[in-house]
Amino acid sequence: MNISEKEFLAPGHRACAGCGATVGVRLALKALGKNTVAVSATGCLEVITTPYPETAWNIPWIHVAFENAAAVASGVERALKSQGKDAQVVAFAGDGGTADIGLQALSGAMERGHNLIYICYDNEAYMNTGVQRSGATPYGASTTTSPHGKESFGEDKPKKNIPMIMAAHGVPYVATASISFPEDFMKKVQKAKETDGPAYIHLHQPCTTGWGYDPSKTIELGRLAVETGSWILYEIEDGDFRVTYRPMERKMVDEYLLAQKRFKHLTQEERNRIQKNVDALCTELKI
Amino acid sequence: MVTIGACVKEPGSSRNNKTGSWRTFKPILDKEKCIDCENCILFCPEGCINKDYDIDYDYCKGCGICAEECPVEAIKMERG
Amino acid sequence: MVKKVFTSNRAVAEAVKLAKPQVIPVYPITPQTTISEYLAQFVADGDLKSEYIRVESEHSAISAALGASGAGVRVFTATSSQGLALMHEILFAAAGMRSPIVLVDANRALSAPLSIWNDQQDTISERDSGWLQIYAENAQEALDAVLIAYRVAEDRDVLLPCMVCIDGYFLTHTVEPLEVPSPEEVDQYLPPYKPYAFLDTENPMSIGTFTDPDYYMEARYAIEGAMEKSKEVMVQANQEFAKIFGRKYDLVEKYKCDDAEIIIVAMGSVCGTIKDVIDSLRDEGEKIGLLKIRVFRPFPREEIKQVLENGSKVAVIDKNISFGMGGVLYNNIKAKTNAEAYGFIAGLGGRDITTEYVREIVEKTKNPTREIEWIGLKTEEV
Repeated sequence: MNISEKEFLAPGHRACAGCGATVGVRLALKALGKNTVAVSATGCLEVITTPYPETAWNIPWIHVAFENAAAVASGVERALKSQGKDAQVVAFAGDGGTADIGLQALSGAMERGHNLIYICYDNEAYMNTGVQRSGATPYGASTTTSPHGKESFGEDKPKKNIPMIMAAHGVPYVATASISFPEDFMKKVQKAKETDGPAYIHLHQPCTTGWGYDPSKTIELGRLAVETGSWILYEIEDGDFRVTYRPMERKMVDEYLLAQKRFKHLTQEERNRIQKNVDALCTELKI
Repeated sequence: MVTIGACVKEPGSSRNNKTGSWRTFKPILDKEKCIDCENCILFCPEGCINKDYDIDYDYCKGCGICAEECPVEAIKMERG
Repeated sequence: MVKKVFTSNRAVAEAVKLAKPQVIPVYPITPQTTISEYLAQFVADGDLKSEYIRVESEHSAISAALGASGAGVRVFTATSSQGLALMHEILFAAAGMRSPIVLVDANRALSAPLSIWNDQQDTISERDSGWLQIYAENAQEALDAVLIAYRVAEDRDVLLPCMVCIDGYFLTHTVEPLEVPSPEEVDQYLPPYKPYAFLDTENPMSIGTFTDPDYYMEARYAIEGAMEKSKEVMVQANQEFAKIFGRKYDLVEKYKCDDAEIIIVAMGSVCGTIKDVIDSLRDEGEKIGLLKIRVFRPFPREEIKQVLENGSKVAVIDKNISFGMGGVLYNNIKAKTNAEAYGFIAGLGGRDITTEYVREIVEKTKNPTREIEWIGLKTEEV
């Protein structure tokens, strides 16, 4: 694997201590290299990296608004093409800016087949604005707009399955990834780069502030998500589905859920329901 | 004077902001114990551990991920 | 230079072909749609080498345009009414990011009720965005304005996006004779675009940063300065245009104003009707004139003051309404001049401003009963 030793995201940015998003971006850019142009949607990543007059980006970067990362990236890609430049365009957007408000632009860009990589850094809520629920918030999570209380156990809808929606668009390379599995992630980023046309990577990213755990556990939690089958690492290349990591022995979801404040309120019965859902999917995928 | 469109023409200028002032605990890396697995380098949110395993304390926020992820416990968190 | 008979939509498409933007993201909407169709055909035929992006909404059209502009190329898009409204937040972003996008808007009423017909509410409602605005009276002006727009927008002292406004149906779908400049003449007038800030891996920059209270106001003040400067740049661009193409444009156009007792002020295609009525009225011995506002932003207050502050009464025709306040052009003129002005709301939702209505406006200005009047209302429907 040709991984750059250089850092394309400089330190000094305003990320929380233990932030998973910046780990993800650092790894992605190491896999992509210098000849890359980044597009950001409004969100944590954008705000922490570009407080005027500073920028953490060592590559060209543009941000316009919240819901249009994919549309802006489409314009950038075509403009570079028209100038005969071969820089790789990569769009970074959070789960909010992808699954909810950004879905239209993403769908349009993917359907048009632009040669760009879209990486959704999924911390499972609108984190930048203070942990509000998004379409990617998992079942049972307590967020500020889906808080648990006497009348509610938190988020009552399952996670919107964006990677599958991308696959249904016929995107030639779709993958899920985790910051806790860096080699798997970087390999996927490189495959995305080599893909002719659009590529979509959905990156699971624990958030210490939003999920409620000690900052040092960010990577551990991401690993637990995968080891419990709560997050599955797979890729779909030209329609061919393949799981890229199978835990040797799948752990019980309780170990993952109870490690985070956002799930602490769940009863055993509610956690069992989550275990059942995970079991169903994992059995189907032979995990 | 603000630049036209508030664009920033100096890449990586966030280095002017020394986030090392944020931390309560600081990682101490024992190079004798280190097995060169690169975990700490890959997982640091600031990217402030270089390939020689020197930690740049100007930027280290003391999150403790490196200590947590070191397979041989070569990194210990201490006050500072 | 060739003489043709085109609709304003076709004229705009020809202008775009001559200006050679490298990226064209565009989404259909009545009555702009044929602009995007002509451009698609030009690209398909190889007559225009441009990346044509069939975006999935107007919001994405302007977003892609801004992205492409940020990547260092000349861009073009077109829209109308609901589409322009959908672009609203990004219009502000484009001006804030100092991107010289040129957009043609086919003026059309805003929903609700839904209307596909002409008025100027859509572009007037974007007057605070920081975009320059030029209103065309006919197909020739529409074509020429697109070229002048690029010239002014891309000027290093301006770097603001510009919208060229053409009345829906009255201009977009009406054929008129006009002259189409030659590519050589346009290449003389429009140098290749040299961006100020752009995405280049050899020289990485961050565009579209966020500013805290310590920096935001200065960034906005810079836009104010650019808008101010754009007046001078526009005048110069007009002068250069006259030299190369032989057609003279100013920020405003005076038609028989010098001895006028009543001056009508208006924007866009209705000025053609007004000029006709003025000619008839003059034959009848009436001293009436027209001040056509061609450039609405930057607001040419000095030029307007000069014409209107000479003792004549002023009748401002607005094809828009700011509820409770009258028309926007009327309000802008009252704010910046001492003219004795009366406001008239007419032509909303495509209702024809007939010669009779223009005469009615003149009569009502002679004997005004109220400050603001709605012309052409069907009183039995109200």
